[in-house]
Amino acid sequence: MRTTQGIREHRERVMTATATRTDQGSDIEAFRADVRSWLADNFPSALQGVPPAMEGASEGKHAADMERWRERLAERGWGAPHWPQVYGGAGLDHAHVRVLAQEMGRAGAINPIPMLAGMGVTMVGPTILEYGTEEQKQRHLPGIASGKVRWCLGLSEPNAGSDLASLGTVAEDRGDHFVVNGQKIWTSGADISQWCGALVRTDKSVAKHKGISFLMLPMDQSGVRTRPIRLISGASPFCETFFDDARAEKDDLLGELNDGWNVIKRLLQHERASQTSAAGPGGRQKPEGLHDIAKRYVGVDTSGRLDDPDLRARLTQHLMDAAAHKLTAERIAAEARGNPEVSAAASIMKNSATGISQARSELMLEIMGQQGLGWEGDVFAADELSTVREWLWGKAISIYGGSAEVQKNIISKNILGLPETTQKG
Amino acid sequence: MAALSEEQSLIRDQAKSWVSEKAPVRKFREMRDARIGQAYAPEAFSAMVDMGWTGILVPEAYGGSDLGYLTFGLILEELGRQLTASPLLASGLVGTSAILLGGNEEQKQAWLPNLVDGSAILTLAVDEGPRHAPEKTALAASASGDGFVLDGSKVGVLEGMAATAFVVAARTSGEPGSDQGISLFLVPADAKGVTRSARVTADSRGYADVTFAKVEIGSDALLGSLDEGFELLDTLLDRGRAGLAAEMLGIAGGAFAMTLDYLKTRKQFGRVIGSFQALGHRAADMYSGMELARSCVEAALAAIDADAGNVAELCSLAKCKMGDHLHLVSNELIQMHGGIGMTDEYDAGFYLKRARAMETIYGNQAFHRERYARLLGY
Ligand SMILES: Cc1cc2nc3c(=O)[nH]c(=O)nc-3n(C[C@H](O)[C@H](O)[C@H](O)COP(=O)(O)OP(=O)(O)OC[C@H]3O[C@@H](n4cnc5c(N)ncnc54)[C@H](O)[C@@H]3O)c2cc1C
Repeated sequence: MRTTQGIREHRERVMTATATRTDQGSDIEAFRADVRSWLADNFPSALQGVPPAMEGASEGKHAADMERWRERLAERGWGAPHWPQVYGGAGLDHAHVRVLAQEMGRAGAINPIPMLAGMGVTMVGPTILEYGTEEQKQRHLPGIASGKVRWCLGLSEPNAGSDLASLGTVAEDRGDHFVVNGQKIWTSGADISQWCGALVRTDKSVAKHKGISFLMLPMDQSGVRTRPIRLISGASPFCETFFDDARAEKDDLLGELNDGWNVIKRLLQHERASQTSAAGPGGRQKPEGLHDIAKRYVGVDTSGRLDDPDLRARLTQHLMDAAAHKLTAERIAAEARGNPEVSAAASIMKNSATGISQARSELMLEIMGQQGLGWEGDVFAADELSTVREWLWGKAISIYGGSAEVQKNIISKNILGLPETTQKG
Repeated sequence: MAALSEEQSLIRDQAKSWVSEKAPVRKFREMRDARIGQAYAPEAFSAMVDMGWTGILVPEAYGGSDLGYLTFGLILEELGRQLTASPLLASGLVGTSAILLGGNEEQKQAWLPNLVDGSAILTLAVDEGPRHAPEKTALAASASGDGFVLDGSKVGVLEGMAATAFVVAARTSGEPGSDQGISLFLVPADAKGVTRSARVTADSRGYADVTFAKVEIGSDALLGSLDEGFELLDTLLDRGRAGLAAEMLGIAGGAFAMTLDYLKTRKQFGRVIGSFQALGHRAADMYSGMELARSCVEAALAAIDADAGNVAELCSLAKCKMGDHLHLVSNELIQMHGGIGMTDEYDAGFYLKRARAMETIYGNQAFHRERYARLLGY
C-alpha cells in the first residue's frame, strides 16, 4: 500500500516528466498573435457578427465585403482549417483550430465558408477525406474549402426516414456512368447547390443495408429537378428532389460499390458531431444573457429576483443544463486531445444540445409573452420576430441528423450494449 | 473522466482496487447489521490513513501530500460506488478544509498533523433545523472573560458520534437569518457541557445531534475572524458540496452499473428486459445524465484547486445537477429491478437510502438552484 511518502515521491517523478511539455504552449501563443494581426488586416469590420446570406454570397448590402472576406480566408486555408493544405485547408491540429475559432469569435468574425458550402465542410468533405480516392479529393475538396461549391445531401426519401436503409432510389450501371432514378425529400439547399451526395440502391438482390452506394452527382443537369418545401417557420430551406435518368460518373462513386452504408454511417457521425453546440439554431448565441432578457420583460421583485418564481426556477434549471453541456463539451475536448469531432459521445451531445436549444426557445417565447407571438409587422421588434421563427425552425433539430429517439437507440445499443431496442421491420 | 495525470490515475486505480477488495458494499451491510455505534469500520479508516488519503489536501509542511480536491474526488467517487462508510469526507475533507481555510499558523500546527494521521476526527456542526440554512445559525457564543461560552444545539452532524472535535458555526452577534455575526469555533467533543446522541437514519450512516450547554472555550478556539465567519463557512461548505458531489457520482455509477447488469440478464416475455425500448431509452437518458453531471463535478473540484473566481457557482451547479441525476438513477434502480429491488437482501435499497441523504446534506437541489440564480444576479 502506498503511503503519503510514496505519493510524494511519485509526484516528483511526474512533475519532471511534465516539465518538458510546456514548450508546446509557446507555439500556440505565437499562432494566436499571428491570427490576431491577420484578422486586423483582413477582416472587414463591417461584417462583425454578419453571417452570409443563405441564398448565396451575391445578395445583400454586405455582398462585396463578404466575397472579399471569403477569398482571404480561402487563401489561408482557414475555411476548413483542419483539412490538409493540398486540399485547400491549413493542416491545423485541434489546438490550433480552437485558437483560430477563439480569435475569430473575439473579432466578431464569422467563417462563412461552412455555410456557403452547404453540407460540404461539415459532412461530405470529411467523408471524402476518409473514403475518397486521391483524384476525388483533388477534384472536390478545394471547391468546398473555398466555399465556392455548395453541396446538398440526398438521403431521406418519402418512405425512408429514420429507417434510411429502406431507400428506393436506384442507380443503374451503364459502363462508365450510372443512371439514377427516384425521389429524395427534405434535401436541404437542393435548389441552390451545385453538387449532391446521394444514397442510392445499386443491388436489389441483397439485404437492404448491403446493396446501397454513395454517389456524387452534379445538380445542374436535365435529369435533376427540385421543388422547395415551405416549413412551419415560413422559410423554404429544403426541397423535394427528383432524379429522372440523372447521370453520375463512375469516378464519382465514393467508397466501394455496395459499401455505401458504411460511408453514410461515417458521414452521419460527422453530422452529429457538427450539431453538438447548444448555442441554438444556426449556432448563434444571443449576446444578452437569457436572465437579463427575462428581467427586461418580466421585471424584478423588491429583493431583485425575477418577478415570476416559477419561471425563475425553470430558467435556472435551463441555465444549469446549458452550463453542464458546455463543461461536458470542454471535457470531451480535453480528454480526446487529438480528434474530438467524432466520438462515442456525439449522440449524448446531440440530444443534450437540441434539448437545451429547444428549451431556450420555449423560454424566450414565454418570457416575451404577447411580444413572443409575432409573425410580421412593426409592433414587434426584429429580435422578437426572429425568436418566433427560430423557435419554429428549432423543432427540426431533434428530427434531422438522427432523431432524438434514434440517438437514444444508438446510446443504448452501441454504448451501453443493450440488445436491439427496435423491432425489425 | 477528466484528463487525469499519471499520478491521479494511479491513485484512482489504487482506490478502486482497495474498495472492491477490502470495503465492498457487503462490508457496509455487515456494519449495518452489527449496528456499530460510529457507523463505520475503524480498520477501514485506518487503512485510508495508511494510504495517505487523509493527507491529500494538506501541505507537505504539515505531513500531507497537497494533491488537491480533484484527486480527493477520485477517491470519494470510488468509495461512493461501494457505499464505503468512513469519516474521510466529513473530517479528511471538510474538517481539514476548515483548518486550511480558517486556521492561523498555530491552529494548523496543532490540527493538521493529527488530521493526517487520523488521531483527530474533526467535523462541521452547522445545521440546527430540518433544512440546510447556514445563515439561520442561532447557537449562541457569548464573550466571557478571555473566551466564549456556547449555548445551543446542532442536528445531523456528519460523523458526529466518531468526531473528536467539532467546527461549530455560532452566532456572536446579529439575528438568525443574517449572514453577519456568525463565527466558527473549534470545540473538543469531550469539552464539559457537550453531549451527543446518535441520529439513526435510513442510510445507516453516522450522524449525531449535539447539544452545547454552557460550554466554555478559550479565545484560541476561534477559527477565522469574529462575526465575519459566514464567508469562511460558505467557502468551506462549497468544498464539502464538491466532495459530496464526487461521492454521489460514485453512488450513481454503482447504482447504474447494477441496473444495466440487470437489464442485460433478467428475462421476461422470452427476451432480456433491456431489449424493451421503454427501458433502453431510460438507460440512455441515465447514461447521458451521468456524463453531464460528471463534467460539473470535475469542474467544481478543479476550480477549487485553481482557486478560480466561480467556485461557488460551480459547486452549486455540481451539487444540484448531481443531486437531480442521483435522484433519478436511484429511483430507476428500484423500478427496473421490479420486486427484487424492494428486498432488504438486495443492495439496491442501500443506494436509494444513501442517495436521499446525500441530496439533503449541505443543501438539496432546490437550495442550490436558488443559490445559483442569486449568484447569477436574477
Ligand atoms: C430541417 C430539416 C433538414 C433536413 N435536411 C435533410 C437533408 O439535407 N438531406 C436528407 O436526406 N434529409 C434531410 N432531412 C430529413 C431527416 O433526416 C429526416 O426527417 C429524419 O431522418 C427523420 O425521418 P422522417 O422525417 O421520415 O421521420 P420518421 O423516421 O418517420 O420518424 C417519425 C417519428 O418516429 C420516431 N422513430 C422512428 N424510428 C424509430 C425507432 N426505431 N425507435 C423509436 N422512435 C423511432 C422518430 O424519432 C420520429 O419521432 C432534414 C429534415 C429536417 C427536418
